Amino acid sequence: MPPTSRRTPTTSRTTHRLAADAGLLVAATAFLLPLAWVLLSALDPDANLKVKVPDSLTLDNFDAILKPDITFTPLLNSLLLCGGGTALTVACAALAAYPLSRFRSRLNRPFLLTILFATSLPITAIMVPVYALFVRVNLIDTLQGTIFFFAASQLPFAIWLMKNFMDGVPKELEEAAWTDGASSLQSLIRIVLPLMGPGLAVVTVFSFVMMWGNFFVPFMLLLTPDQMPAAVSINEFFGNRGMVAYGQLAAFSVVYSTPVILLYVLVARRLGGGFALGGAVKG
Amino acid sequence: MTRRSLVRILPLTPATLLLLLFLAGPIAYCAYIAFTDLQLTGQAHESFIGFDNFRTAFGDEAFLNAVWLTLVFTVVSALLGQNTLGLALAALMQRASKPVRTLTGAIVITAWVLPEVVAGFLLYAFFRKEGTLNAILDWLHLPTQNWLFTLPILAVSFANVWRGTAFSMLVYSAALNEIPKEITEAAEVDGAGGWCRLWHITLPMIRRSIATNLMLITLQTLSVFGLIWVMTRGGPSGKSQTLPLFMYEEAFQKSMIGYGTAVALLLLLVGGLFSMIYVRLLRTEV
Repeated sequence: MPPTSRRTPTTSRTTHRLAADAGLLVAATAFLLPLAWVLLSALDPDANLKVKVPDSLTLDNFDAILKPDITFTPLLNSLLLCGGGTALTVACAALAAYPLSRFRSRLNRPFLLTILFATSLPITAIMVPVYALFVRVNLIDTLQGTIFFFAASQLPFAIWLMKNFMDGVPKELEEAAWTDGASSLQSLIRIVLPLMGPGLAVVTVFSFVMMWGNFFVPFMLLLTPDQMPAAVSINEFFGNRGMVAYGQLAAFSVVYSTPVILLYVLVARRLGGGFALGGAVKG
Repeated sequence: MTRRSLVRILPLTPATLLLLLFLAGPIAYCAYIAFTDLQLTGQAHESFIGFDNFRTAFGDEAFLNAVWLTLVFTVVSALLGQNTLGLALAALMQRASKPVRTLTGAIVITAWVLPEVVAGFLLYAFFRKEGTLNAILDWLHLPTQNWLFTLPILAVSFANVWRGTAFSMLVYSAALNEIPKEITEAAEVDGAGGWCRLWHITLPMIRRSIATNLMLITLQTLSVFGLIWVMTRGGPSGKSQTLPLFMYEEAFQKSMIGYGTAVALLLLLVGGLFSMIYVRLLRTEV
């Protein structure tokens, strides 16, 4: 084989790699610009709306917002709301996934198809009637009402994911436990759930992240300012407090976003890259 | 049903109760309220008015405007933006070096994981008159403009691309990883060029992922509220008012809960239709 034709594939592969790298870097820069704004402005004593390297770095913006009424109460509210909602979602999903994954029944297929249908309904569309309904049954402006709704809206996807992860746990181990007289609930808690740790983590983190970032649900169902989670209270930086302090808004955004980013990184690392969720969604 | 099978389906009850009370309940209530004249305040009892709300809607310029803007928003930001860019990024990632791939993935996914309202603020700052985009255009000696006033629907569409592309990227990365290397290599040896391979091999092999992805991002885009609310409040004068924002304004700023719900029901029906197609696509896997 002449040397040129042997070299060509390698050279063209390197060229392709460089072109791909260049393309990705352009996209990455475009995606980075808004993110850079929030990070730099949070440390900038006189931030405005442009991305710019601050003349001097300061933590004053964080100092100004790390107060009970501005940051701690809303974050605590978010934690109660999303923690409660996630706990309820994961508990109900784990219970529901067990019979769906373990026992053959004529009900499984219609149930799963309904669940799958519900995963992709636009929840935004039902918020107006949910508001009207909550007024009627006195659940409006209550933490528990909002938690119940959060859990219900997240449940279809949580059940779907949980069932798929549970299918991956071999049945033999439980059969041994059953012959020893363990009930279904016992084998679910003692055997199945511990064996699907990563799957459980994905469902928990995914539910929590979705609720933490949700604006419309608490915006509609809660009214008292003291009960508002960070997703809604962040709007106070506009309007109500007069001139917008962009540095403080950026600092608050950083504080509010950090937990979900850390959680995501935690799960993504355990699953080897962020691609498991993409695969799970794909079906 | 035997006692044993009853015990077996018992664990389904908490989830089923929650779903019935807080999801199916509101949907049924939605279907009822949409045919009444329920208002926010000062009304003892709503009365049944048949299809009046829907008749009003189809004669309402603002509603038709919202339908049109929802269509533009969905096509531009989901079908053209997120889908194409997500596929392009996933395809480039197959060839790129590992550090660049990891870095790009991390940045794009961060935009996706950020809370919706925070994403809204970041893009608001980006598109404002004094914002980053105009600063860059200025630096390149290109004409600047007040994007959120002149082209608000385009600005919020780009915002949705920024926020949502990671999802398509993840779906397509997973799909592309499943294509056996031998197939693409064989095509390469046979002299098939890059575009030819994309069109005749890659795309047909991931067509199920494409269909699933298009369904899901359409549904996600139909329910975007917070992002647009933070950036433009649907304004100026309704120029970025998609259906969710229109529905909210009718129900709460104009107190017409019945009318707002009728619009919500239409949105829900469109969503339900897409959802049904999605279920049909995945039916074999249940």
